[in-house]
Amino acid sequence: MKPAPFAYLRPATLEDALAALAGQQGAKVLAGGQSLVPLLSMRLAAPSMLVDINALPGLGHVTTASDGVRIGALARHADVLGSTEAAASQPLLAMALRHVAHPTIRNRGTTVGSLVHADAAAEMPMVLRLLEGSVDVASVRGRRTIPADELFVGPLESTLAHDEIAVEAWLPALAPGAGVAFQEIARRHGDYALVGVAAHVETDGGEVTRARVGFVSVSDVPVVVDVTHALDDPAGAALAELEPADDIHATAAYRAHLVKVLTPRVLADAVHHARERKTA
Amino acid sequence: MSTSQAEELHEVRLHVNGSVHEVRVPARRLLSDALRHDCGLTGTHVGCEHGVCGACTILVDGRPVRSCLMLAVSAVDAEITTVEGLTEPDGSLSPVQQAFADCHGLQCGFCTPGFLTTITAGLAENPDPTEDEAREMIAGNLCRCTGYQNIVKSVLRASEIQAEIEAEIEAGTEHERGDA
Repeated sequence: MKPAPFAYLRPATLEDALAALAGQQGAKVLAGGQSLVPLLSMRLAAPSMLVDINALPGLGHVTTASDGVRIGALARHADVLGSTEAAASQPLLAMALRHVAHPTIRNRGTTVGSLVHADAAAEMPMVLRLLEGSVDVASVRGRRTIPADELFVGPLESTLAHDEIAVEAWLPALAPGAGVAFQEIARRHGDYALVGVAAHVETDGGEVTRARVGFVSVSDVPVVVDVTHALDDPAGAALAELEPADDIHATAAYRAHLVKVLTPRVLADAVHHARERKTA
Repeated sequence: MSTSQAEELHEVRLHVNGSVHEVRVPARRLLSDALRHDCGLTGTHVGCEHGVCGACTILVDGRPVRSCLMLAVSAVDAEITTVEGLTEPDGSLSPVQQAFADCHGLQCGFCTPGFLTTITAGLAENPDPTEDEAREMIAGNLCRCTGYQNIVKSVLRASEIQAEIEAEIEAGTEHERGDA
């Protein structure tokens, strides 16, 4: 299991990295490599060139402001998980990151890389979509912001152009009166979830005014379902929009069962979280 | 790239266990292979080669990382510690290595380098883990001999040995102060 040959560049500036990407249609960006390197080794991917962004300055940040958390392209999952400010601003970040692979993988893998890898079996793309965050991307043509709703188009497919580098992700702070929760079921500790569920609720005086639920591993793209008007049967409403599939880990029927069990449970947790924050 | 052409080689300076290794490798050389083939440090073992088993775990700037999921060319700025770098300066076993010997923490030994590096970093972060925390610490490493019970015991024993060493050092300093 060795990668096929590729050319390699380790630019020192973002401009050089963008120019290299623009000049080579088959080039890929290397950040943490925790998804890309196995794909190379198994020869599921064979880019003509890797543009290693690990030497670029100013991309390792996890900064928290009143509007939320900004995560640079070279911030490792472990850096984000280790930020108490980030966890205080948006608690779902830490709740979900704890389920991303093992600590050893989180030490190298980047959160922004995981977002644009766009794996519907991964936690963070769904979290970005549930929280209505965004990703900033750069290319020789300039910078743009892609809202989470417009980022994911297919299995492992995002709307980034081949010459764009995701430089920063933004996850909004949790508003007063809002609550979040996350749970997943995996075969083994650290594995991809058979099903993962996160909930985001907004409350006003104890009344739930908005409720949305996000799902991992039950569709080809990260799916978020608005269940504000289906609080009596949120799992039923969700399953109408999900496509649980059979694979070697679980049957479609078992995944649907887990959706039915986890959805009301996680929603209740999120409502509880919103009330707890109010009294805290 | 035509097959008749030689693959481009990159000059890479790796910092491993306090020494510098100058190696010439193709861009696709995994760090695990560079350590074994180019640096001659065969203590790092290669199991699954796709980041699942943990046998190739090394420390990069003190943090455990899978060396099969890094390219050697991408490791130029890193301070790398392999299992060979865990022993004390006088060549004696580190507390984690000693604990594995004490508690029969290894059978065939193939997974052991990955466990030793992972636990060394784990105890640096949490010097006094509970049994549950010890289990969590090693959850990303597979032992095909399934010797997990004794590996958990080894984590707890290593924590004890470290505490004993620290107590001795503290007593030593107090003794010196007494002399002064």
